[in-house]
Amino acid sequence: MQQIFNFIFKNSNRLLFLLLLGISLALTIQSHSFHRSKIISSANFLSGGVYEKVNNINEYLNLRTQNDALALENANLKSLLFNKKDTTQIKKLDSLKGVKPSDIIVSKVIHNSYNVYENYLTLNSGQLQGVKPDMGVINSLGIVGIVDNTSAHYATVISILNKKSLINAKIKKSDHFGSLTWDGKSTGYVQLIDVPRLATIRKGDTIVTGGQSVIFPENINIGTIERIYTDEETHYYKIEVKLFNDMTNLGHVYIIKSKNREELINLEKREKDE
Amino acid sequence: MNSALLVNIFRFVLLLATQIIVFNNMNFFGFISPFPYVLFIILYPVNGNKSGLLLASFLLGLIMDMFSNSGGIHATACLALAYFRPFLFKFSFGLSYEYQTVKLNDVLTPERFSFILLSVVIHHLVLFILEAFQFSFFWDILLRTVLSTVFTIIICIIIIYLIKPNKR
Repeated sequence: MQQIFNFIFKNSNRLLFLLLLGISLALTIQSHSFHRSKIISSANFLSGGVYEKVNNINEYLNLRTQNDALALENANLKSLLFNKKDTTQIKKLDSLKGVKPSDIIVSKVIHNSYNVYENYLTLNSGQLQGVKPDMGVINSLGIVGIVDNTSAHYATVISILNKKSLINAKIKKSDHFGSLTWDGKSTGYVQLIDVPRLATIRKGDTIVTGGQSVIFPENINIGTIERIYTDEETHYYKIEVKLFNDMTNLGHVYIIKSKNREELINLEKREKDE
Repeated sequence: MNSALLVNIFRFVLLLATQIIVFNNMNFFGFISPFPYVLFIILYPVNGNKSGLLLASFLLGLIMDMFSNSGGIHATACLALAYFRPFLFKFSFGLSYEYQTVKLNDVLTPERFSFILLSVVIHHLVLFILEAFQFSFFWDILLRTVLSTVFTIIICIIIIYLIKPNKR
């Protein structure tokens, strides 16, 4: 017994180091795993509050660009409104087209990261505004990410610039599906993988969200095709997609609250249980 | 004794605040970001309480992780640096470092520079390895480590010169 105590006293530093190392490594590993159960996230009142204060100051510096973006979006929506009667018209690029059976929560990005492999955004609306995990986040130009964690007043979002992000997307012209991922290299480009070889695709085609997920409504803009490869191993197409969105400069965003989401999730859960 | 504790708490808060508000928003060429908050671990008193340092650096890293949504990578990197600090002292200042009064925030000598360099390299290497978490990013990790180390050291040395205590 004496020796055990002696051992503990003698090596107290090393034991403390090992204990803390174990905790921090566990946190690291669970943050890299796909299933979210994040304990340390910026959606708490301390970091959320600090980011909101800092953002209040930063906001003044890019008021002009934000105003221009909002005015442009207003103009787009106005043109939609004025041209409503003419249903035979060719479809225009508009990110809000598929959003019918959903509610939209307006929110603001108060912290944006884009320089690491796993990027997260912090938004200034949370559970009190009705934000829940797994809701889609878009802005006027295209998709932004998926809500990850929420607290009372803040929410964190897995950006599309995140190695873990996996979003169902399709080629607008031909309805061929693929998965949208990010290789961690450039902030302007994401990759669409697992597109079947049957698809006829050309450089410059538009990529939009597919209807297979409960997170995003169909036909929300993502980007245009920049380059096309064939994957050596799977022999599927791998497409380099140039984003419409500038992910390094995000202001106001919309959180999509799909109305039949709960129903779909419950249905899928019941399917799994059986 | 008590004033040293106060100075350390003050340094902890101030470095964290500047890191989060200023340096986290710095991005050279899109992927190089300096982390001068490690200065807290580097400048911690040589003969100070070792378990205190371990706990403080763990907390420092954990708060950084909370602000950057990164799980536990900063905590692990800070902890590794705090644990290996005595070995680095031995390497840079010779075996009897504990009996001399090593003052780090003073004029830059080769010993001090080598100590800061090694500390920052260890911290950044652990940080970027855990951040990528894949062997396929090996060269990317090395590149990020080297370039970020350069920027961190430049900023660390500037900070040390700025807050250097006045000549007696």
